[in-house]
Amino acid sequence: MANGHWGAWSGGGSPFAIGSKKLGMWLFILSDSLTFSAMLFAYSYLRIANPDWPRPFDSHSIIFASVMTFCLLSSSLTMVKAVGAAAQGHRKAAVWWILATILGGVLFVVLHTQEWLGLIQNGVTPFGNPWGVPLFGATFFALTGLHMTHVTLGVIYLAVIAWGFGNGRFNAEDVEVSGLYWHFVDLVWMFILPLVYLMSVPEVQ
Amino acid sequence: MTNEESHDHNKLYLIVWFSLLALTIVEIYLAYMTLSVTVMLVTLLFLSFLKAGLIVAYFMHLRFERSSLFWTLIPATLICIALLSGFFPDSMRILSLGQ
Repeated sequence: MANGHWGAWSGGGSPFAIGSKKLGMWLFILSDSLTFSAMLFAYSYLRIANPDWPRPFDSHSIIFASVMTFCLLSSSLTMVKAVGAAAQGHRKAAVWWILATILGGVLFVVLHTQEWLGLIQNGVTPFGNPWGVPLFGATFFALTGLHMTHVTLGVIYLAVIAWGFGNGRFNAEDVEVSGLYWHFVDLVWMFILPLVYLMSVPEVQ
Repeated sequence: MTNEESHDHNKLYLIVWFSLLALTIVEIYLAYMTLSVTVMLVTLLFLSFLKAGLIVAYFMHLRFERSSLFWTLIPATLICIALLSGFFPDSMRILSLGQ
């Protein structure tokens, strides 16, 4: 075994060759992924256990959800652009790319809120719905609500990063770490979309 | 990062973004096909893990980090998540309780 390798693990060094902030964000993402997994499993468990589980997501909802997915995916692309620009020291470009990312996030939240309001108008609330399966609302709103909270906090986080990176308070690593968080929020949606929406298209049995 | 590298990376990111969109369209198309629930669930989950892998590897840059980071973070998390499946036999048991 090479001495250099042992050196990295013998303390005082950085075995992963990344900064503490980045490692911290990765550890946060791990714990958060377990939280979301537990909620997705709870949703799936209750769905299997209830044969009369409602399927309220018609084509209109699916089109909405697809546009929301497009917004999130594209905001991930603008975020990697921001991280790249920040790494190369293009401060202004990085700030603009972060602002574009924020726009994607805001669009997602606005569309999602519209969808929620539509459901609530049809009597689907966290505590009850026309089909008499209140657990549907409880799990659906808890799961998508937690995700929407993450997107909203992400938008605030990115705004702070854009402000701080623009005036030189934050460095390129801070932009990269905020990017990790943003991509994770995108990743979670990649599981909510099929498991909650696409598995519940009413036209198909 | 040199200019040439960043140019390559930009192209790579575009390809990843496009693949993620394409996989999403496939998923939405599958939702409207008359497949059995099991086949649909397995296919959708497979595609979703593929998308998650693309996001983690390229957008979150894990492929370009030291491999020790991958081995420390990912396998243990996946095993923890997989262990949650242990609850599913119980949800199916509830289904046959009323009979």
